[in-house]
Amino acid sequence: MAIDMSQFIAVFFDEAAEHLATMESILLKLSLDEPDSEDLNAIFRAAHSIKGGAATFGFTDLAGVTHILENLLDRIRKNELGLRADMIDVFLRSGDVLQDILSAHRDGSTADLDAAKEITSLLEKFANESVAEELLAANTIKNSHDGLLITVAAGESFDHQAIVHALESYGELCSSIEGGAENDWVYQVITQASPQKITDTLAFAIEHSRIRITLPQDMLSGDKPSDGEGYGFFSDDKPVVASASQDGEGYGFFTDIAESAPPPADIEADGEGYGFFEPRPKVLTGAAISSALVQTMEVKVEELEPQAAKSKVTSGAVAKSLAPAADTSIRVSVEKVDQLLNLVGELVITQSMLVQTALNLDPVIHENMLSGVGQLERNTRELQESVMSIRMMPISFVFSRFPRLVRDLAGKLNKKIELKLIGESTELDKGFIEKLSDPLTHLVRNSLDHGIELPDERIAKGKSPTGTLTLRAFHQGGNIVIEVADDGAGLNRERILAKARERDIPVSDSMTDSEVWLLIFEAGFSTAAQVTDVSGRGVGMDVVRRNIQSMGGRIEISSMYGIGSTMSIRLPLTLAILDGMSISVGEEIYLIPLAFIIESLQPRPDEVKTMAGKGRVINVRGEYLPLIALHEIFNVPPKVTQFHEGLVIILEAEGEKVAMFVDDLLGQHQVVVKNLETNYRKVPGVAGATIMGDGHVAFILDVAQLVHISQGLTRAVA
Amino acid sequence: MDNGLDHPDAAREILVFALGNEEYGIDILKVQEIRGYDAVTSIANVPAFIKGVINLRGNIVPIVDLRIKFGLGNIMYDHFTVVIILNVANRTVGIVVDGVSDVLTLAANHVKPAPEFGAVLDTAYIQGLGTLEERMIILVDIEKLMTSSDMSLVDHVAGTV
Repeated sequence: MAIDMSQFIAVFFDEAAEHLATMESILLKLSLDEPDSEDLNAIFRAAHSIKGGAATFGFTDLAGVTHILENLLDRIRKNELGLRADMIDVFLRSGDVLQDILSAHRDGSTADLDAAKEITSLLEKFANESVAEELLAANTIKNSHDGLLITVAAGESFDHQAIVHALESYGELCSSIEGGAENDWVYQVITQASPQKITDTLAFAIEHSRIRITLPQDMLSGDKPSDGEGYGFFSDDKPVVASASQDGEGYGFFTDIAESAPPPADIEADGEGYGFFEPRPKVLTGAAISSALVQTMEVKVEELEPQAAKSKVTSGAVAKSLAPAADTSIRVSVEKVDQLLNLVGELVITQSMLVQTALNLDPVIHENMLSGVGQLERNTRELQESVMSIRMMPISFVFSRFPRLVRDLAGKLNKKIELKLIGESTELDKGFIEKLSDPLTHLVRNSLDHGIELPDERIAKGKSPTGTLTLRAFHQGGNIVIEVADDGAGLNRERILAKARERDIPVSDSMTDSEVWLLIFEAGFSTAAQVTDVSGRGVGMDVVRRNIQSMGGRIEISSMYGIGSTMSIRLPLTLAILDGMSISVGEEIYLIPLAFIIESLQPRPDEVKTMAGKGRVINVRGEYLPLIALHEIFNVPPKVTQFHEGLVIILEAEGEKVAMFVDDLLGQHQVVVKNLETNYRKVPGVAGATIMGDGHVAFILDVAQLVHISQGLTRAVA
Repeated sequence: MDNGLDHPDAAREILVFALGNEEYGIDILKVQEIRGYDAVTSIANVPAFIKGVINLRGNIVPIVDLRIKFGLGNIMYDHFTVVIILNVANRTVGIVVDGVSDVLTLAANHVKPAPEFGAVLDTAYIQGLGTLEERMIILVDIEKLMTSSDMSLVDHVAGTV
């Protein structure tokens, strides 16, 4: 075959994954009582597209599950089937199963077929139920054409059988439910007799005011006849005919019907959905009610129809405005964008070189040239910014997974949790999007498991039983801050200190809160009273901190016992850009990521001491820190060898402080990080490389690794 | 020995460069560009023949001085020093040589298998000897050479440095 399908398969995988994500996010926000028809359609379309693609590429297992799902969704959107909470759960799980099958096809691994089978049978169960319901519904609708629902308010009992006989004389009695002091009596009867006549008949046996006669349309809107109450559109307990024949008031109930009736599921469904207005005038005219009533009703029906038409227009408009949005984005590989970014970076360097040269020119003779150079500068800056922005994506890509996670976990932990997402549109580098989800998941799990208390506990503490978890993203200075905040128990200072002592971590009671909070990032540190399958194993927080540091960011904790805690992650704007301090050693220039630097100082000669004649320490305000010399690690001839002539930079990596001796500090830069391993390999002590303003390459130091190397050196020497 | 040519019958184009008094040839398709030698950022704790890295239009490219590696020629860096930028094994690598002389087309019958001899280059990297009039061109499998553990350019050999 001439067509190479493989390229399309990749697109299908991407699209199917997107469709699944859409489905999940809509399912989570879907309201059970009044599902938005546009949302239902969107879910249906997503399932439909996946099915279509799966069938095209011959993924029969995928197509099989989606087919059942699609049918169910189709029924729901056409209002043939009511949406229930357990359905949403099953839909979410089938989404997971589809995801699993999809990645199995993508990676060539095997999917969990048992899960697929289970979910298929669950979906089929719903489908069968829905058939039964459909039959029932059809029955009800048929009855309702001529049927009347007669309700007698709960209270003093009367001769139920006599009423049944009386009603049977008017027509076919479909059902009768005997009530009592607390329950209403309900009769459903198909009859041509007027409600007035029935009321009059029944009035012999029952108090007039207890009788209510309704047309059973409301059954369509979900009310069961046995509910008894809920026919609230009758403003009082007077029989319908009484109020109808008295005056024009009380027609408001038609509006009520319109409101409580399900919204039009679809444009095509409009006709069916509003069809139930037709039999009503027929029934009532047949019932020989005053012509005035009929006229009013017709007017009402007409008024409703434009409304339906209007909603049709708006949904059409929404669809129209959405369609172009899908077409205005294209898929581009990250490599291409990075290449573009490289070239633009190069352009910026060339341009700054031109600016340097142009400075030597006579401004009078070369006026045009100089203005051209100025314009070039502005254009390149703008170009650079636009190219950078291509890599930026809204953080909602990370946040979107949390509603599901929180919902599942809250269920597992029996906690009530409300998730708030703030600042979802905050943009950050695509590279972060992928790397952030793991640490954030850890933090969210921690908050849910250890932070937010059980509802009883919360009530006892005078809090609302529902805990709030807030995920917030915003820009601050040159950083992006992502906060995970809960209104739970907060960190327990005493317990952390006790745990630290247990693990022989040096602590003292005089430590500040923020120093104490930092202890939870120690490897293997967990204050959880018990290990759950959610968290508490003590792996996590140290991994979180390492992940965030590897992105050039840092994490801060603020917590108040009993009130809650907030974890803030601070990240640079993009992964590709790093805030660094340039330092010099001999002829070489290196960059140290700013996140690692605590301070720099010029030591006095007497502050540097040797230990056992080999290792060196420096006394920084009473604290002895190991002193490492960069020129010794990198074997470069330094300009200065005396410690008091150069500078010492205090660094903190993985919780350890070290002092690093360098020649000089040059300045602070924002640099574009380049991977050294693309064309070369990992160099010990070097995290990456960058291109400085003059076009030269400078290495970015891997502080954590340097500390290890220096320790190795010291040990080797010793 | 059997030479490593892919198509022994086909003529192929080679780039000829000089190292000391010897002429070497490499597959022209592996060559990205030829440029002068300029400022190199040296890397700490690497063999002397790895000169460091340069900024090649935003890419960080390592530079290897083959003259030092093979102990040939007089090591001078001026504006006649030539760097050949190669594309091998999906990497970009620069090699410093004494000079680039020609681009030649060598027919298969002009290529003779290399005898076992004590050349500066391990014979494992030599595909054959090309003869053109009086010249002898040593054909090098540059990809094999550059990714070999001898060059320590690739990560799998990190331990050998």
